[in-house]
Amino acid sequence: MLKDITLGQFFPGNTIVHRLDARTKLILVVVYIAALFQATGWISYLAVTAATGTCMYLSRIHPKNMFKGLKPMIFIIVLTAVLNIFYTTGTPVLPGWPITWEGIERAVQMILRIILLITGTFLLTYTTSPIALTDGLEKLFNPLKKIKLPVHEMTIMMSMALRFIPTLIEETDKIMSAQKARGADFETGNLIQRAKAMLPILVPLFVSAFRRADELAVAMESRCYHGGEGRTRMKMLKMQFRDWAALIIGGAFLAMMIVMKKFGL
Amino acid sequence: MSIIKFEKVSYSYPGDELPSLCGIDLSIEKGQFVAVLGHNGSGKSTLAKHMNAILVPDEGRVLINGVDTADENRVLDIRRNVGMVFQNPDNQIVANVVEDDVAFAPENLGVAPEEIRRRVDAALKQVGMYELREHAPHLLSGGQKQRVAIAGVIAMEPEIIVLDEPTAMLDPMGREEVISTVTKLCREKGMTVVLITHHMDECVNADRLVVMSNGNIVADGAPAQVFSQVELMEGEGLDVPDTTRLLYELRKEGLELSLEALSPADCAEEIMKIIRG
Repeated sequence: MLKDITLGQFFPGNTIVHRLDARTKLILVVVYIAALFQATGWISYLAVTAATGTCMYLSRIHPKNMFKGLKPMIFIIVLTAVLNIFYTTGTPVLPGWPITWEGIERAVQMILRIILLITGTFLLTYTTSPIALTDGLEKLFNPLKKIKLPVHEMTIMMSMALRFIPTLIEETDKIMSAQKARGADFETGNLIQRAKAMLPILVPLFVSAFRRADELAVAMESRCYHGGEGRTRMKMLKMQFRDWAALIIGGAFLAMMIVMKKFGL
Repeated sequence: MSIIKFEKVSYSYPGDELPSLCGIDLSIEKGQFVAVLGHNGSGKSTLAKHMNAILVPDEGRVLINGVDTADENRVLDIRRNVGMVFQNPDNQIVANVVEDDVAFAPENLGVAPEEIRRRVDAALKQVGMYELREHAPHLLSGGQKQRVAIAGVIAMEPEIIVLDEPTAMLDPMGREEVISTVTKLCREKGMTVVLITHHMDECVNADRLVVMSNGNIVADGAPAQVFSQVELMEGEGLDVPDTTRLLYELRKEGLELSLEALSPADCAEEIMKIIRG
């Protein structure tokens, strides 16, 4: 079950999507989300779906991995769909039924919207190494250092958090097995009982996470870490022609979506 | 001049009644491979943490290349000169990609990007991990992770590398990988290596063996010499190599044997001498 968590996962590759600057990709994701929320009619939804599909094809990310990322969201997707089907007013499918044609249309569009939203953001983390991602964030938010925002500290925390996700998942698995071997029961009982059963997992996990953090801090200091001042990077972020091209395409796409909204497409 | 010099160093952890180091005097020469042996709580890890100013002595002083570790302005100089590898490989790897992790220390030191690239490639080749440079560290074996950690410190191009029980969490194969890597660094690159361990078999190839107990140095010398003090080692709850043990048992039976033969070949030679008369 825990192996399915794809948060922060990165699939190394050498495609055009992988090679884009992390800053470009971060901006494009924001543009993408903005464009997605302009979609009102079927034609605009089709346009966003096509754009997402193209990016996915270009990144050579296997669709299987995308579905893996979607799995934890199924509950939310289904819930949104059901609510939209029943709570949209309009012409009933059959006289006297609570389901309306408009509701079905809304539901399908909402499902599409959520799936596209997740797919688009996952494309970012799937194709960008966490280091590049946090470097990009740091660069983008650099102007905020002027107002004394600890940008470097925040991004290094984020990259450490991403680094330790797989380690902590592995550890959780181990602790769960150990507690099961001692007779712990995680599967039966009502919600409250099951939540209580999680306690014997959380306590050792937290204790070990703090110990790890302590050791990590000493190891980082030993390797001369002393804050962001005077730090250089092996992989310098550099905007290339392809980055500017991608940004222009992204901008044009957003403009197109806004126009389409105006015409109600 | 010694590259590492401890002068009457005492240290107690805050809240501890007994000191972890009691007036240690120790000089380590450049290019030496020094093993520090001792059971849990003997003060050997505390000793290691004094070498790169993670801990600073309560009394006495530690000099690295003549620089006092208590001098706060020189901490970075000391740390870049003394690479430190710790026990748990997972807790010292900071990046999701092997080569990014190795680049961490030179990045902190403000080295130019092309130079970092060169150092990272060189360091990864030295530990034999160059082919796996784009892998995710959490998918590597324990021995491989520890070699990445070693590459991470040699990318700083230090003169000294201190390993604090680097093999404690590894299987026999991983242990072998790590020990042969550091031995090679010492013999071929002339690095000064300080290996903290509680496995006596890892000390056999060292130039010098220091045995610690309750914050004191109880034996210090060539491994063969130190191991020949079998009663002392046993008193400390430490093992001696099988060859030494064999010679010791034979000597107890009244044979005139020297105990300073560590390798099986030397041991056989020693016994043959008696047989030939």
